[in-house]
Amino acid sequence: MQIELQKRALPSSLMTWLSPALAITLTVLTGALMFGMLGFNPAQALYVYFIAPLLDSWSLQELVVKAAPLVLIGVGLSICYRSNNWNIGAEGQFTMGAILGSILPVVFYQWESPLTFPLMVALGALGGALFGAIPALLKNKFGANEILTSLMLTYVALLTLDYLVRGPWKNPEGFNFPESRLFSDAALAPSLIADSRMHIGALFAVIAVIAIFILFSRTLKGFEIRVLGATPRAGNFAGFSKERMILFAFMTSGALAGIAGIIEVAGPIGQLTPTISPGYGFTAIIVAFLGRLNPIGILFAGLLLALSYLGGEAAQIELGISEKTSKAFQGILLFYILACDTLIHYHVKFVSSKKKEAV
Amino acid sequence: MRKLFAAAAALALGLAAGAAQAADKVKIGFVYVGPIGDHGWSYQHDHGRLAIEKAFGDKVETSYVENVSEGPDAERVIEKLARSGNDLIFTTSFGFMNPTLKVAKRYPKVKFEHATGYKRSKNVSTYAARFYEGRYVIGQIAAKMSKTKTVGYIASFPIPEVVRGINAFLLGAQSIDPDMKIKVIWVNSWFDPGKEADAAKALIDQGADIITQHTDSPAALQVAEERGVFAFGQASDMIKFGPKSQLTAIVDDWSEYYVNRVQALLDGKWESTDTWGGFAEKMVVMAPYTNIPADVADMAKKTAAAIESGELHPFKGPIFKQDGSQAIKEGEILDAGTLLGMNWYVKGVDDKLPQ
Repeated sequence: MQIELQKRALPSSLMTWLSPALAITLTVLTGALMFGMLGFNPAQALYVYFIAPLLDSWSLQELVVKAAPLVLIGVGLSICYRSNNWNIGAEGQFTMGAILGSILPVVFYQWESPLTFPLMVALGALGGALFGAIPALLKNKFGANEILTSLMLTYVALLTLDYLVRGPWKNPEGFNFPESRLFSDAALAPSLIADSRMHIGALFAVIAVIAIFILFSRTLKGFEIRVLGATPRAGNFAGFSKERMILFAFMTSGALAGIAGIIEVAGPIGQLTPTISPGYGFTAIIVAFLGRLNPIGILFAGLLLALSYLGGEAAQIELGISEKTSKAFQGILLFYILACDTLIHYHVKFVSSKKKEAV
Repeated sequence: MRKLFAAAAALALGLAAGAAQAADKVKIGFVYVGPIGDHGWSYQHDHGRLAIEKAFGDKVETSYVENVSEGPDAERVIEKLARSGNDLIFTTSFGFMNPTLKVAKRYPKVKFEHATGYKRSKNVSTYAARFYEGRYVIGQIAAKMSKTKTVGYIASFPIPEVVRGINAFLLGAQSIDPDMKIKVIWVNSWFDPGKEADAAKALIDQGADIITQHTDSPAALQVAEERGVFAFGQASDMIKFGPKSQLTAIVDDWSEYYVNRVQALLDGKWESTDTWGGFAEKMVVMAPYTNIPADVADMAKKTAAAIESGELHPFKGPIFKQDGSQAIKEGEILDAGTLLGMNWYVKGVDDKLPQ
């Protein structure tokens, strides 16, 4: 007896809807089994993990804070991945956006005006876009593999940040500790609710989702992205330029990552420090694929992943479940979602091994 | 439908009862930068947490979150602990400083304790240990045991705490043998066993026959054990990772401080304070001296006792900086401000300080 995956002629529309439900059911069952075997009450553990964070306005706001950068970067990446450009360097574009945007509050810290924050966002977008343009140009001019160049440029960005906060941008009142001065009020991202950590970045994320959704579904550019991604040759016949698309995809996704970066330092952090991201640029790759490269899907995927972080922390605090277990549970969730998505394009066939031998 | 409602109500009641039960206890939360299984920094803080549980039993309830990155996530985790009803929260890494102060401002009734920082407020205390005292002692041991007169030092981040450790180590070593040299590799991480091990291998290949580290895992010690050179444990007694190579270890012991702070809270006497404890406060302890001759062990014990009594200060002049200028004159001691913001090497460090 053997299990085989056979490609469907057409993607199954039933499975498109059924697969997330199936994935969540399997996650809950496996999770319950795992928590039970570790000696925790499975129902309570799942409640703390998935339900409790959704019942309290503080954790809902935190959910949005955590999801905003993931969604912003994720929708940008969807342009790259749909057009067959493998941008792995969003973490670097995020960091460069944060660095360029921080010039105002760190170097020109005395300039406090209502224009400070908008200008910082613009600089952040510019930083991310220009840094994203590097792997695009290398690919266009020299045919350099963008997976390698964009990934390795990430380390350039991270070390540049490291150099700045330890050297020229070090806080003069900071006892030589590696961090910039605290941003002034004019340079901080405005909160959406008074005294809340939920900042304007959430709004930016939603706008980006809508804009890119329209780009994909209603514009010629969106059609161009799809055609060049699926069949570059057909794109050529249609007169679309592959080179220009590479630059467009990298610079747009770089700009969005850059905006996420500057908002993260102007929002939750409030200064530049050696570590400004817990790997958002890499996690966003998971988010982009989890959302099936669809902007609306990415919005939900970002929220789901954020929920799994918050739930994991809550489980550690409330139940004493170890960090490793909560990470494993997060892994189970992602595994089932991606595995079940296979059923959209394939169907499972049981083939008896005897029959096979006969052939 | 009614049954479902009844079940939900029962569940809610049960949860409420659970909360009421917990309210009698004093709740204490911890935030760790690494995993508690690092066998170093976070492991020792968790030992301190267990000491609280042991000392107060049913009167307290502790919880912790491990592997919390120093960045945008820290503030959420600290706030979550405050919201979960913790009365006292220990945030145990430098990068948690500003997030701790921000949360403390929003939760004025909750007390906070931040390790290794310099900012305090009405409900935020700071505490740190004078690890440099231990560094001076192991520096002396290294000078006695080294043949190549070269020590390999694996460092995390060039913050004053770490630079101070490198300097104290070399001053200790030079007090025995003025020709002692240090090679430094920065791994830019507190906990990255792979990088730590690679750094140890590179340093041994460059002629170091003693390895010491200011990172959190026992990886460097394990490499030393494999390669047959001597090394020191860091943060905890790591003898089981290097039975033939560990000479001693600088052990961080937070237990007494943590128990005292919880006691103060229970007595209603908790105040915002700044603590910097060393040998004298038992916050820094030397692990048993192993794999060394008796006379070297005696010397180490004497030095530690002299530092404990205040007779000897590792940063007593004359001290010369790497560029040859004099940092402090004979007989004088570097003041606390200079120690806390130290950003220069002493003479003999074979490295350029990343600035």
